Amino acid sequence: MKKNAVKQCVILSGKGGTGKTSICAGLIHLSSQEMPGVFVDADVDAANLALVVNAEKINSNRFAGSQIASINPNLCINCGICFDVCRFEAIQEPQSNDAAYQVIDLLCEGCASCYHQCPADAIEMKIEQDGEWFHSHTKFGHLFHAELLPAAENSGKLVAEIKKQAEAFAEAQDLQFILVDGPPGIGCPVISASTGADLALLVAEPGVSGFNDLQRIILTLEHFKIPIQICINKTNLYPEGALQIHELAESKGYPITGEIPFDSDIPKAMVQGQPITIYSPESNTSKEFGKVWQSLKQALW
Amino acid sequence: MIITISSQNNSLESAPSLRFGRAPYFIKYNLSDDTWEALQNAAVNERGGAGIAASQFIIDNESNAALSGHFGPNAARVLSQAGIKMISFDETYQTVQSVIDAYKENLLNEVSF
Amino acid sequence: MVPIKIAVASGKGGTGKTMVATSLAVCLAEIHSVQILDCDVEAPDTHLFLKPTITENQPATLLLPQIDEYLCTTCGICVDNCVYHALAKAGDKILVFPQLCHGCGSCQLLCPEKAITEMPREIGQINLGETDSGIRFGMGELTISEPMGTPIIHQLKKYSDEAREFIILDSPPGASCSVVATLYNTDYVLLVTEPTPFGLHDLKQMIGVLSVLDIPGGVIINRDGIGDNQVENFLTGTPYPILMRIPFHAEIAQGLARGQVLVDFSPNYSEQFNMLYENIINIVEHRRLLPQS
Repeated sequence: MKKNAVKQCVILSGKGGTGKTSICAGLIHLSSQEMPGVFVDADVDAANLALVVNAEKINSNRFAGSQIASINPNLCINCGICFDVCRFEAIQEPQSNDAAYQVIDLLCEGCASCYHQCPADAIEMKIEQDGEWFHSHTKFGHLFHAELLPAAENSGKLVAEIKKQAEAFAEAQDLQFILVDGPPGIGCPVISASTGADLALLVAEPGVSGFNDLQRIILTLEHFKIPIQICINKTNLYPEGALQIHELAESKGYPITGEIPFDSDIPKAMVQGQPITIYSPESNTSKEFGKVWQSLKQALW
Repeated sequence: MIITISSQNNSLESAPSLRFGRAPYFIKYNLSDDTWEALQNAAVNERGGAGIAASQFIIDNESNAALSGHFGPNAARVLSQAGIKMISFDETYQTVQSVIDAYKENLLNEVSF
Repeated sequence: MVPIKIAVASGKGGTGKTMVATSLAVCLAEIHSVQILDCDVEAPDTHLFLKPTITENQPATLLLPQIDEYLCTTCGICVDNCVYHALAKAGDKILVFPQLCHGCGSCQLLCPEKAITEMPREIGQINLGETDSGIRFGMGELTISEPMGTPIIHQLKKYSDEAREFIILDSPPGASCSVVATLYNTDYVLLVTEPTPFGLHDLKQMIGVLSVLDIPGGVIINRDGIGDNQVENFLTGTPYPILMRIPFHAEIAQGLARGQVLVDFSPNYSEQFNMLYENIINIVEHRRLLPQS
């Protein structure tokens, strides 16, 4: 019997706050009614999806991504070689005559250059915990999410870890669909979230910032050859902006799969811990969500 | 001739892994005498560059061909530089053994980049 | 006179950082000398609102190792010690993967054959200029498909004008390395949030960051009225005061959508921003007078 290959969709936007998570929650609800899926909240700096889908943790796991250099003041001979080789200005010169060189933890990138160059073997590389990731249960399916410790490094690596877990889970459980709620921006957490995606759904916000950032995420996805669909959120707040998005999409041949009006019920649904499609299933908003889901489904299968 | 298959677990009956860089295991199979061993993929928890680390691992463990679902561009660059063939299989294969059998019968395609 | 450096950050994206940063800069510029640095290098947008004249472009670069194939013996020491897996040994060559390389220089130092040199590789751009109202402007922009913006933020901050009275830094969203790079060495952080469970969750994350960095901060609640008062309740009793509330108004959203600075199209907010920065000046100057620990 042939297994269906798992299909993966990532939700992105470029600009933050366009509504990715609210839309993701709605799609999680709608997709779960038709097929078994697994979900990932890849916005590990600001992980909000669990709040809207009422996730219950099954297990939590430490994530240690980086190393930090540490100078033993008793072995340090004050030669200053570490200070000279550090490219990240993460070594502090001694503050007094009998002090040693010190690592500025916040700036240390763990490259270990100082560790290798120290003539006195005074430097150790210590593994740092960067965050935690969780495997949770929701009534729509399982969710993999994470929390980066404040000011930690390796957002991108933590994203890769939870995606790996979700992909392995999907393979093992014979699931059809992986939906990834992506982070804002276009850098390594976004690239990590997009790796392996069969489709990217862009949530566009009308206006100069939204449009500018939409162009950048589109270029990024085109570089990585990931197919694109676009839905417009808060479309009625600034119709000229919505038109601009339509024109851009048309010029590139990307479909606009939904136009969601600004709906003050969306934050209300969020406060209740519900996707909008459950909170107000008959609203125009929910109808547009339905359209977005149908277009997604058609493109993937 | 040694082939290495990306796998979800450590036996010939395990489901193969379609992903190369982050496959939990590699099954290293010697076609001349049908001996094999399961190797844990040390790259599975690596920061970005899992494909590169996994490729390096395969090279260091002596293989003539790597079999997986897909190879990312970084892995492809390392493996082709090292002269290791990349062979792809799809989701219809339920066990590593079935992938090996298909390879023996020339049913799988070599991937080129 | 050392400038007062104020960063505007949020954790959650889209809360209104750029709205606050640009309004603050415009209000300050009425009587003070100001510089604004847009550190949201993945998706910069302050230039859309402030419309500066750009007078200088600089490439933002990372040093990338180049392997001299004649000197290289493929011993693999560089490969074994690259923590970023930016090097691989394949066949008789060492391969370099530019997008994984952080430019740390370790391989070059370790190579026993001195076979590695480094060449700058462009990962983005820095644009510098000035607005009509005399605000000095600087922004960084990451090249499409490059993963790392943090080095650009460090390079942009080197263009800080220490002769200005105020430097405003518009931070990226999130709470990790690019935000830390932006907030590091600033005097005060304004956290912009929204009164919803999402806003609260991400605000807590940001307060954690400020605590690690040991920088004082205050909160601006934007889109006040759309959610609940959990944010307000949470902040009570913490050292992070609520400094301003901006209610949700469709007119504000529309003005921003058009690319206008809030205090330009809604001048009644100027007074609040003036009070806000007076408040910040007091806090920062008081802190500077305290003995260093």
